[in-house]
Amino acid sequence: MTQATTTQQATTANFTALKCKECGAEYELKASHVCEVCFGPLEVKYDYNKLRLTVTRETIQAGPNSIWRYRPFLPVATDNVIDVGTGMTPLLRSQRLARRLGLKKLYIKNDAINMPTLSFKDRVVSVALTRARELGFSTVSCASTGNLANSTAAIAAHAGLDCCVFIPADLEFGKILGSLIYSPTLMAVKGNYDQVNRLCSEVANTHGWGFVNINLRPYYSEGSKTLGYEVAEQLGWELPDHIVAPLASGSLFTKIYKGFQEFVQVGLVESKNVRFSGAQAEGCSPIEEAFREGRDFIKPVKPNTIAKSLAIGNPADGVYAVDTAKKTGGHIEAVTDAEIIEGIKLLAETEGIFTETAGGTTVAVLKKLAEAGKIDPDETTVVYITGNGLKTQEAVQGYIGEPLTIDAKIDSFERALERSRTLDRLEWQQVLV
Amino acid sequence: MPVKVLVPTPLQKFTNNQATLECSGNSIAELLDSLEHSCPGIKSRLCDEQGQLRRFLNVYVNSEDIRFLDGAGTSLKDGDEVSIVPAVAGG
Repeated sequence: MTQATTTQQATTANFTALKCKECGAEYELKASHVCEVCFGPLEVKYDYNKLRLTVTRETIQAGPNSIWRYRPFLPVATDNVIDVGTGMTPLLRSQRLARRLGLKKLYIKNDAINMPTLSFKDRVVSVALTRARELGFSTVSCASTGNLANSTAAIAAHAGLDCCVFIPADLEFGKILGSLIYSPTLMAVKGNYDQVNRLCSEVANTHGWGFVNINLRPYYSEGSKTLGYEVAEQLGWELPDHIVAPLASGSLFTKIYKGFQEFVQVGLVESKNVRFSGAQAEGCSPIEEAFREGRDFIKPVKPNTIAKSLAIGNPADGVYAVDTAKKTGGHIEAVTDAEIIEGIKLLAETEGIFTETAGGTTVAVLKKLAEAGKIDPDETTVVYITGNGLKTQEAVQGYIGEPLTIDAKIDSFERALERSRTLDRLEWQQVLV
Repeated sequence: MPVKVLVPTPLQKFTNNQATLECSGNSIAELLDSLEHSCPGIKSRLCDEQGQLRRFLNVYVNSEDIRFLDGAGTSLKDGDEVSIVPAVAGG
C-alpha cells in the first residue's frame, strides 16, 4: 500500500499535463481524475508537435506486435512497460455477415481474442498498471462489470502487484471465475455497477490504492485509443467511413474518436469524417435516450439487461458519446435482450466469432442500422467486438440447441443425421435416437 | 435538522480537510446554502453559474441518486446521509 509520491518523467515522454476536459484547468501528472474547479474529467495532454516530428508509420511498424507500438501516444514514461501481448487483434474483412446485412465493405475488429483475458479491457489495464507502477502504487484496484476485473487481476498477477477488485455480486459465473483464478481479493458487492462505483469512489482515497478507473482514469482510458490506431493501420493507414461500437460508460467510443483525430493531427493518416454509431441495450440505455431526445445531459437509469458489461446506468462519458455521435453524423440505437442473443448467434453463424452480450448488442445495432438504411452499403464500416462469449455462456443457454446424443453405432448416427436434416433441431433436441 | 454530508477529496480544502460534516436543511437546496454558510466558497464549486448542481457531480441521499428523487428539491430529514461523489469511468 504505497501512495504515489513523485513522477519520474523521462525525456522521451510526450505527455505534459492533466487537463480538464470541461474548463481547461491544468494539473500535475499525478493519480487524479477530477478537476478541482468544476469536477469535469481530466485528460492527458500531449505535445503533438513533438509527436509529429518523431513518429512515422515506419517507427510504429518497427515496434512490438502489441499496443506498445503506439507508446509515444500513450501516457507512460518508462521503457519498462507491461507488455503481455495486448492488442494487434485481427481486423477481419467480413464476407458472410456483410452479405447478410447488405454491406459491401464491412470489417470486424475482433477483441474477443485480445490477450490475456479476451476483452478490450486488456488495453486500458496494460496502460493503467504500467502507469500505476510508475507512480509508485503497489496495490491496484477497480470497480468492474466483469471484464475489467478479469484484466486487472491477470495483469496485476503478471506484474507482481497486489490486487483488490470490486464487482456487482450478480455477475456471470465465467466473469467471477475469470478473476478468482488470478487470486486477487475479490469483493462482490450486493448492488448494481453504479453502486459498486460509488463505493469505490469512497474507498479510493482512503487506502492509497491505484484504482484503474478512478484515480488512474486519465491514463487508463487512453489505452482505448489503440482500438482507433490499430484499425487505421490495419486498413492500410486509412480511416474507415463509419464505426459501430458498444456504449457503457462512453469512454471507449470517445477514445476511438480521439485516436483517429490524433493520427490525423500528426500526419499519419488523411483527415476524414468518420461517422460514429453507438450501441446500447434497451434495459440500460441512458446514452441512447439522451441522443434520441436531443439532450446534452444524461438521466441515470437502473439497469436491467443481460448485457451486464454494458449495464452502467450513470455513464460518466455519456455526454461526450452523444456529442461524438452527433457531430460525426452517426446514430445511437438500443436493442432488446432477444435481439442481443440473436446478434451473438448471427456473428457466430456467419463469421465464426463467439462474442459476449456486449458484442451481441453491437452486432444487433449494426443490423438495425443497416436495415434502416443508416449505413451506406459502400461505406467502409468497422464493427468493434470487444469481449468473448465464453464468459457469458448463461446468456445463450437454451437458445442454441443441444448435441445429438447417439449410440456408438453407425445406424444410430445415420438415423440422427437423417432426422437432423429433416427436423428443426430445437424441436427434437431431447429425443434419443 | 442535522444531516451527515460526505465530502469528496477535491472539496476538503473548504472543510478543514474533514471528509464528513454535520449540516442542516430541509432539502438539498437548503443544505447547499447551509454548507456555503459554514464553508464559504464551497457552493460555487458544487454549482455552475446558473446555480444548478454541476453535471459531473453525483449527489446521493441515503444511497439513492437525487436524480431518481426530486433533484435539488429532494427533502431531507434528521439523520439522513448525503454523499457528494464525482463521476467515474466505467468498466
